[in-house]
Amino acid sequence: MSSPIPKQNLPWWLYLKMLPSPKNLRNHPDLILEAVEQALVRARDLESLHAFVTLLDERAHRQTAAVRDGLRRGEPLPLAGWLLAVKDNIAIQDVRLTCASKILENFTSRFTATAVERLEAAGAIVIGKTNLDEFAMGSSSENTIFGAVRNPVAPDRVAGGSSGGSAVAVAADIVHGSLGSDTGGSVRLPASFCGVCGLKPTYGRVSRYGLVAYGSSLDQIGAFAHTSQGLFDLLRVMAGRDARDSSSAHEPPPDSRNQFSAIKHSLRIGIPEEYYAHGLSADVETAVRSMISKLERHGHSIVSVSLPHTKYAIPVYYILATAEASSHLARFDGARYGFRSEQATELTDVYELTRGEGFGLEVQRRIMMGTFVLSAGYFDAYYRKAQQVRRRLLEDFSRAFSKVDVLLTPTSPTTTFRLGEKLDDPLTMYLSDVLTVPANLAGIPALSVPIGNDSQGLPIGLQIIGPHFAETMILQLGTEVEGLRDGVSS
Amino acid sequence: MPVTKEDIRRTAHLARLHLSEAELDSMTETLSRVFDDIDQLHEVDTEGVQPLHHVLDLRNVLEEDIPRPCFTREEALGNAPDRTEEFFRLPRVVN
Repeated sequence: MSSPIPKQNLPWWLYLKMLPSPKNLRNHPDLILEAVEQALVRARDLESLHAFVTLLDERAHRQTAAVRDGLRRGEPLPLAGWLLAVKDNIAIQDVRLTCASKILENFTSRFTATAVERLEAAGAIVIGKTNLDEFAMGSSSENTIFGAVRNPVAPDRVAGGSSGGSAVAVAADIVHGSLGSDTGGSVRLPASFCGVCGLKPTYGRVSRYGLVAYGSSLDQIGAFAHTSQGLFDLLRVMAGRDARDSSSAHEPPPDSRNQFSAIKHSLRIGIPEEYYAHGLSADVETAVRSMISKLERHGHSIVSVSLPHTKYAIPVYYILATAEASSHLARFDGARYGFRSEQATELTDVYELTRGEGFGLEVQRRIMMGTFVLSAGYFDAYYRKAQQVRRRLLEDFSRAFSKVDVLLTPTSPTTTFRLGEKLDDPLTMYLSDVLTVPANLAGIPALSVPIGNDSQGLPIGLQIIGPHFAETMILQLGTEVEGLRDGVSS
Repeated sequence: MPVTKEDIRRTAHLARLHLSEAELDSMTETLSRVFDDIDQLHEVDTEGVQPLHHVLDLRNVLEEDIPRPCFTREEALGNAPDRTEEFFRLPRVVN
């Protein structure tokens, strides 16, 4: 497995032990237990990164035994050998589910998310739950009761958010892959900042059953791995209709492994000019444009396209996502589960004090924004208006995809920033997602692939965006990009 | 659009969120800046544009009404912050 981050840029302790590849473990099932134990030790050794919030020693051992037995019986178990981590807003039965929030600090889930259930049924072993921005609201993984996630490439910098812990678990080679959720960029941004691959599938491609809702018309479970091929292996297992999520798509999972090979024909690659403004850093632009030139030399055609409503994506997002969040988070009332304020003596106090003490500042801000835009007198001016502009954004993409197969952009205008740098300035923090939010609003799949480092050695991510259900194509192009980056001819 | 402290106080009440006076002040300041930025949406001509509720063309997803196993009472009460026998317990509402 190729590591996209040059080792010399990492603190020395990160590379004491390498994790054997899933393929090696699958071929030597007796080594799986040792690998699981090493992963758990490593997660504890690297505790200062704040990547994990719960480690599942006992459960992982039980899963390991089940996988070994299954392999002995000759079951196919396509993901045997994979060690995984799961973002702590995705449910696993009888395991604590915190969303990194005080309000759920002692909550135990009664059921398992469909995505996790399918991965485990295919032989993957989950070793722990990962840290995140509270309720997936944030771009840096600093809004958490468990301490800010630190970037393994540069521990004084953020991992990106909100699925920071899951990105770090892969970047620091603790596990082979991990699950995150992506509502406005929460898989792709940390993938870009930490130097791993991260996929947000088409809206509805992966069941949201067991994912704690943030903005449910935008939320999608996604994954991290070192390679696009790895993401494809995970997606094939996770994707597909689930009766327990009525919004899951009726599209079958992508085709089997032997169909996943290098692209044999040339693609029309669109370059949306609007994504190359917005304070794009010079190093990021140079890296992305250089990869575009390599792809052109490899026979793909490069076409300039325009997505004129791009600048409105952030305002649309912060109306729709917060409106949906304010409604979903109304269930946290201190009555039936979760934290209840000890100061509460009357019923109204139970609601107001529990929510005032139990939610962190950023979650409170978004509940307030969402409640405001849905309140009488503002609904048409904000919520309805945002839904109309959302259609304009979708139409921009439809027009572009009538001319090109995929779009290539930077994942983020900059590389990772310092811990604390944007924490007191929400507006600046919100702009971190300026290049990732549009894909969520349109419900289309998007991938971040590491393509190199800036002058300070910090990872740069390339975003590949495709039309609905085109995951296979964008992951194939991702594989080609990885080859060009590593100087391997394909 | 400027957001006033009274707007914020009213919204906090709707959201059942206790905020101190200092928190109300800082929330007013932050959300005013956020809504200043959001207001650029009003430049977009959306005359006659249908609001987009859902990106996939799914509507009226129906299912057979078949009883299935669900949580036991003990499981449902297992995360309760306070309970008595088989009930969630809350402060008295009616005297």
